Amino acid sequence: MPINYYIFLAVALFCIGVAGVLTRRNAIIIFMCIELMLNAVNLLLVAFSKMHYKALAANQPDAGINGQIFVFFIMVVAAAEVSVGLAIIVMMYRNTHSIDVNFLNRLKH
Amino acid sequence: MSITQILFWILSIMAILGALMVVVSKSPVYSVLWLIMVFFAISGHYILLNAQFLAIVNLIVYAGAIMVLFLFVIMLMNLNADTEPQKNKWLKIAGVIAGGALLLVFVGALKNADLKSQIAEVNHGDIGLIHNLGLALFNDYVIPFEISSVLFLSAMVGAVVIGKKE
Repeated sequence: MPINYYIFLAVALFCIGVAGVLTRRNAIIIFMCIELMLNAVNLLLVAFSKMHYKALAANQPDAGINGQIFVFFIMVVAAAEVSVGLAIIVMMYRNTHSIDVNFLNRLKH
Repeated sequence: MSITQILFWILSIMAILGALMVVVSKSPVYSVLWLIMVFFAISGHYILLNAQFLAIVNLIVYAGAIMVLFLFVIMLMNLNADTEPQKNKWLKIAGVIAGGALLLVFVGALKNADLKSQIAEVNHGDIGLIHNLGLALFNDYVIPFEISSVLFLSAMVGAVVIGKKE
């Protein structure tokens, strides 16, 4: 597949995630949209790693493997982030009895 | 049209449709289920690119662990009802316009980029197999791997400290 298609697919997924973060006010759905954006970036990294493999495989047999290792580490960080973030959402629900992010404007007053 | 191209288009349509439904659907539970569909579609893309280790890890970590965590939180806090009384529709329209403008900028910037000759190799190449990734992970990247275990430990402690009752 030409790399163009993967770039446009990942850009579309990323922009849907951005629009979701901007439009929705439910904190859990905002979190899910962030996961969507991370996955779009992961897909693009894997596509680029295979592109480099295709271009350079004649000289070095493991060209492009760094991209896939990087995707692995992004998944690790995303898992850690989700566990802490969901704990924060649970605590926020306990304090305000809502997960609407518009209620979180106490620092304004 | 070869079979890989047909699979590519099917998986792409699945991913984009699922992503749209994540944003659009009212109930958070439906959003989680659509997001799981997006993850399956992206795993299919990984398999198409012959990145089999990442496909399986994506399914296990995202669809298996993270989404179950989301479902647990939604169901424990009984957030199934639509908790989003919409007051300001202009905010929604502005968000959609902002996302669309970002998409427009990306597409406009990349439309004329000279990438036509670059091919992402599908269903060939063995850098995505667990043998090669494991060799790279435990030879060149063993320090980041160990540091990520420390990150997990601190995230676990942080989640417990934040989530426990006063």
